[in-house]
Amino acid sequence: MADVNRGKRPLSPHLQIYRPQITSILSILHRVTGVGLTLGMVLVVWWFVAAALSPGYFALVDGLLTSWFGVLVLATSVWALWYHALNGVRHLFWDAGWGFDLAVVTKSGIAVLGGSCALTLITLLLV
Amino acid sequence: MVQLTLPKNSKIRTGKTWPRPEGQNVRKFQIYRWNPDDGENPRVDTYFVDMDSCGPMVLDALIKIKNEIDPTLTFRRSCREGICGSCAMNIDGANTLACILGMDEIVDDVKIYPLPHMPVIKDLIPDLTHFYAQHASIMPWLETKTNRPAKEWRQSVDDREKLDGLYECVMCACCSTSCPSYWWNGDRYLGPAALLHAYRWIIDSRDEATGERLNELEDPFKLYRCHTIMNCAKTCPKGLNPAKAIAEIKKLMVERVV
Repeated sequence: MADVNRGKRPLSPHLQIYRPQITSILSILHRVTGVGLTLGMVLVVWWFVAAALSPGYFALVDGLLTSWFGVLVLATSVWALWYHALNGVRHLFWDAGWGFDLAVVTKSGIAVLGGSCALTLITLLLV
Repeated sequence: MVQLTLPKNSKIRTGKTWPRPEGQNVRKFQIYRWNPDDGENPRVDTYFVDMDSCGPMVLDALIKIKNEIDPTLTFRRSCREGICGSCAMNIDGANTLACILGMDEIVDDVKIYPLPHMPVIKDLIPDLTHFYAQHASIMPWLETKTNRPAKEWRQSVDDREKLDGLYECVMCACCSTSCPSYWWNGDRYLGPAALLHAYRWIIDSRDEATGERLNELEDPFKLYRCHTIMNCAKTCPKGLNPAKAIAEIKKLMVERVV
């Protein structure tokens, strides 16, 4: 549209100065968990593929994924799965036009955050 | 496109610190400055204001700085009561109108920047040309096809109520410039303010161009770059909810195909 950068106008600061908002933090977390889950899925597939290939290769991959670091990554993935799923439900409500009141947005956001942590703990205890 | 850092010519330097006056109730202000004439990068100047001789709002302090400390400080202001939208800026890390934000609502030093991710004309004045062009693109007027009535276009009380929460928008640009999606794709995404206005005309019972308006918005960028981040509603100094208006447009898009 209009040419807005006549001369050498600087761009005003944005991420650098905007105070973190619960709204945008939870939103970017949804994106990050979505991308993270794709990577987590690759790890799990790698596990299965290794099992199909040979006992030796499976032992190697299994050793990596059940090491403390592997467990940390997978446990984080479990949380990411719960967060992404619960926040996805929040998005479904929004798509239907519900829950836009600012107080509701804040409450549902905190509920999703708390709920994902609680469900992750329960999942890890059960597994 | 997402660009997390500022371009080279926009990086902020430390600026001048102005003398601190005597007094018990002195507050520190850190204010973004950029002068188009000196060829230098933007900087943040530090001012001290004696609040005992200053009005209660952030705009009062800015005016006091301009009148008594540094007349070169440049900002827009007009009505000083939240109806013109001129003094929109980023204060204490969020966008709002300087005239309706009380100094007592800010805990620490007062940090003031222009509206985020906008080309700066001078100091706290962003270039709103593109923002206004986007508003114009949604046809912010009544479109009719039937013959003009003898008197005014009539509207029932119920239909009029549908415009509540929409017509109050003063186009201050706080919402659009708080929206990360608008930061990254503002060239093609219309942003919360223009879309709220689009919805205001879409649901106006007197308007007869609803279909054309929706056609115009049926676009991967213009409308659908809204990811319901909700920073717009969080920051709106008038307490409006652009995200809700955008969701209603998205619903209408679905309803007309199913």
